[in-house]
Amino acid sequence: MNNVFVYCEIEEGQVADVSLELLTKGRKLADDLKCELEAIVIGHELKGVEKQVMPFGVDKVWIADDKRLYPYTTLPHTSILVKLFEEEKPQIALMGATSIGRDLGPRVSSALHSGLTADCTSLVIGDHEDKKNKKEYKDLLYQIRPAFGGNIVATIINPDCRPQMATVREGVMKKEIVSDAYKGKVKNIDVEKYVKPEDFVIKVIERHMEKSKVNIKNAGIIVAGGYGVGSKENFALLTELAEVIGGEVGASRAAVDAGFASHERQIGQTGVTVRPKLYIACGISGQIQHTAGMEESAMVIAINTDKNAPINAFADYVITGDIATVLPKMIKQYKENTK
Amino acid sequence: MKGLKIVVLAKQVPDTRNVGKDAMKADGTVNRAALPAIFNPEDLNALEQALRLKDKYEGTEVTLLTMGPGRAAEVIREGLYRGADNGILLSDRAFAGSDTLATSYALSCTLKKMGKIDVIIAGRQAIDGDTAQVGPQVAEKLGLPQITYAEDIESAEKGKIVVKRRLERGVETVEGKLPMVVTVNASAPECRPRNAKFVMKYKHARAVSEMQNATEDYIALHSNRPYLNIGEWSVNDIDTNAEELGLTGSPTKVKSIENVVFQAKEAKVLEPTDADMGELMKELIANHTIG
Repeated sequence: MNNVFVYCEIEEGQVADVSLELLTKGRKLADDLKCELEAIVIGHELKGVEKQVMPFGVDKVWIADDKRLYPYTTLPHTSILVKLFEEEKPQIALMGATSIGRDLGPRVSSALHSGLTADCTSLVIGDHEDKKNKKEYKDLLYQIRPAFGGNIVATIINPDCRPQMATVREGVMKKEIVSDAYKGKVKNIDVEKYVKPEDFVIKVIERHMEKSKVNIKNAGIIVAGGYGVGSKENFALLTELAEVIGGEVGASRAAVDAGFASHERQIGQTGVTVRPKLYIACGISGQIQHTAGMEESAMVIAINTDKNAPINAFADYVITGDIATVLPKMIKQYKENTK
Repeated sequence: MKGLKIVVLAKQVPDTRNVGKDAMKADGTVNRAALPAIFNPEDLNALEQALRLKDKYEGTEVTLLTMGPGRAAEVIREGLYRGADNGILLSDRAFAGSDTLATSYALSCTLKKMGKIDVIIAGRQAIDGDTAQVGPQVAEKLGLPQITYAEDIESAEKGKIVVKRRLERGVETVEGKLPMVVTVNASAPECRPRNAKFVMKYKHARAVSEMQNATEDYIALHSNRPYLNIGEWSVNDIDTNAEELGLTGSPTKVKSIENVVFQAKEAKVLEPTDADMGELMKELIANHTIG
């Protein structure tokens, strides 16, 4: 009772990275709250799936295995979560801010009248004093997220309703195994008792899923471009530099919107979050929507014509100059120094 | 054949892409008055899907529903200019401070009052919150199924709806029964532009709260042309439980808000010269960052 729950997404029998990242965060929150971490896996042909999640410190895995539960559709997954949450009364429930989590989360929160905060960038436990009603709250979940186009950072709490629900994007939290030997319990859910026949009103008639081709999330070096790159031609310079030094190309939302790069390369609040050892920001002004997705980079080089660009506050090296001048020089100097 | 009854949920949002210094009030809340207000971009994609169904199925009626202050009626006018048939502005101080759940509750009570609806279409999310919660929460409160992340409503006939969805890693086509709640992605076709004929027809369309300082001539114009009256509902026009409205009905509370302040950190400033770039590369190679 009153544990931390994580809804685990499944694609082709594999638990999604975002879910494993949330289990890692969930473990930390459960430790802080001195409670247990429970995972929920809903899908089909899930035999052995507990082995994928337990090493992340899961004390109990709930498994709902039925051929009608994969691929994901809204209503049966909602019914299972709503009933399970009513029975188990979790204090916290986390899910990925993916097309599944963002479809399922609000539905569940609406049914349970519990608060849900989307796209959190940080989750911590803390207290709260409601001065107006003279009430003290202990150990609430602070759900921290950029809001209002990233111009503010808001801390949201759900003082009175449970579970406290939050979604988090892929790559925002770190994924860390507690121990390969970590042992938890397995609980099989009797699906018939949780779903209604009318939950299967939506049929998936066609489905084409691709493995993500671009892998900027795990890249050690990222050369990222913003609107200031100016053109597709200039963007090709970024690709060249990335190839030469062994990195991937990333982009800000403005650069993606301008058509310089594809959406899967987008870094920031509405894209992926990255933590490379080197981040080269080219023509990126550094709005928080973007920096939220790269601020944990170990080293940042900012190249910008504006010497007062906000990105410079994150930079270890600031180069004031034009992309078309600076990048060819970097490429040339790299080649000369690695001969 | 009998057409569809479609309601498009649209929101007027501050243009968060153009935020100025006076955007925040001293108490940390958003000063909406200081920002340009626009039709939420994905709600325009939603409107286009509705208008396409109207083009396809004769007799279809498209109604916009928006919740907000009087000036949010602008969203309804923009919809009328593009081919919507009518609109309702839901406006009341009782809704102030609503989070997504309280907003969904107010909208769902309104939709219940609007009678039989075949398809409710909304943008996936609004740019001021980016939560994508209101669509699914409305669906749940109405006991209707939902199809989110829609890119194309392929058909909606004989009680069935077929929708192509765009997900992070692919596409999916799903079929469901009407009535249905659909939320539409930005990847769906852009909304058609204003139609000059509709602009002429509806440019004087107003909601009641916009008519407070109207001249007698203007009031006469409206009584002669009923289509210029934008429906405006208050909390008294819908059946609600007061505890579920506004701030009281919102389980999430804002504990604190910080304006984003950039912290200065010592950075090495380099010139875009061969010499400086050479030094930089030597350093990066020496400390194993690259190479």
